[in-house]
Amino acid sequence: MAIAEQQASPQAAQASGDKTWHGIVLQTLKRNAISLIPYVPDRVLTPLIKNLHADPFFTTFATAREEEAVGVVAGAWMGGRRGAVLMQTSGFATLANVLASLAVPYQIPLIMFVSERGTLGEFNYGQSLVCRTMRPVLDSLALEHHTITRLDELEFIADRSIKQAVTTQAPVALILNPLLTGGKVFDK
Amino acid sequence: MNKDLDTRNTKVMNRFDITSRLIAKLKHEEAVIGGIGNTNFDLWAAGHRPQNFYMLGSMGLAFPIALGVALAQPERRVFALEGDGSLLMQLGALSTIAALKPKNLIMIVMDNGIYQITGAQPTPAAGVADVVAIAAGSGLANSAWAADEEDFERLVEEAMSASEPRLIAVRIDDKPGVGTTRRDPVQIRERFMHGLGVREPL
Repeated sequence: MAIAEQQASPQAAQASGDKTWHGIVLQTLKRNAISLIPYVPDRVLTPLIKNLHADPFFTTFATAREEEAVGVVAGAWMGGRRGAVLMQTSGFATLANVLASLAVPYQIPLIMFVSERGTLGEFNYGQSLVCRTMRPVLDSLALEHHTITRLDELEFIADRSIKQAVTTQAPVALILNPLLTGGKVFDK
Repeated sequence: MNKDLDTRNTKVMNRFDITSRLIAKLKHEEAVIGGIGNTNFDLWAAGHRPQNFYMLGSMGLAFPIALGVALAQPERRVFALEGDGSLLMQLGALSTIAALKPKNLIMIVMDNGIYQITGAQPTPAAGVADVVAIAAGSGLANSAWAADEEDFERLVEEAMSASEPRLIAVRIDDKPGVGTTRRDPVQIRERFMHGLGVREPL
């Protein structure tokens, strides 16, 4: 089965060492003292998830649903520990209620990394449809969000966005576009 | 109606009474997360304390929020109060907690088999599913029904020094909560963070 890492974008392919998108995300999380990483997995996120598990700085674990992960990092924030949630587009679509009833009104700096499916070569019609709901939901709550397409912009956007979320006590969604990650492609 | 459930040897108790008994036992600034609706209304009515957090939405997330607090502050005991209907929305959280095994997390389920606050409609689980069996099947071996109020207090005391997460289920009546939480989410969150020693007031 062809997997995302083998379908890396030209930018990702040119990168070497830890200057991969997932290496940069991991280092940016660490630099910002974000150590609690609940996630619902995604094929594209696999190298990031694997490396987070391998690094004892992080407490990395799967949850059954994305809103459960949001609850965990909200509680951790209030207890003085920073976290971030990893998910894919369809998982974000389950979050409207928890964003509107927990993260936003309680002013929780919820940091979300969303692996973007549904665009640039999507092969599953349902994924392409649910993807179209993501930005309207973010915009309807006036939530900060950035779509990251370039490796050379990733660190700046992620680092600044995390710091802004913490200092303004507001959620942020960092959308990892297939131009950055390679995405997931149809193979058969 | 499943006869095994009917014969369960547990007294029907009262949410406010049970919540008040729990609060009276807390001597070490333990955190308490109150789930949506009556669960946190009775927590509020039992007497506000800075270590209380009240949910005004996000139904089903009392245990995940409490898990986050427990992972952030492993030396503090963290209690979560949740209704049976709320728990049904997020059963997967039980397995997440079982896998992480936070020794300082104690989950209390108030089970009346109904969505009391919306008009007392029965939950889909009423009369057919057993909260403690679900928890045990989810990997939380230390799950038990409280037989009566004294048994509840005994289970809480046991949980204070437990080395694994605990779940205590309580059969409760159909009474509404006796108070109403002040719906000020920012102040609730800020006061809670002060109570946990994360922040100082301005």
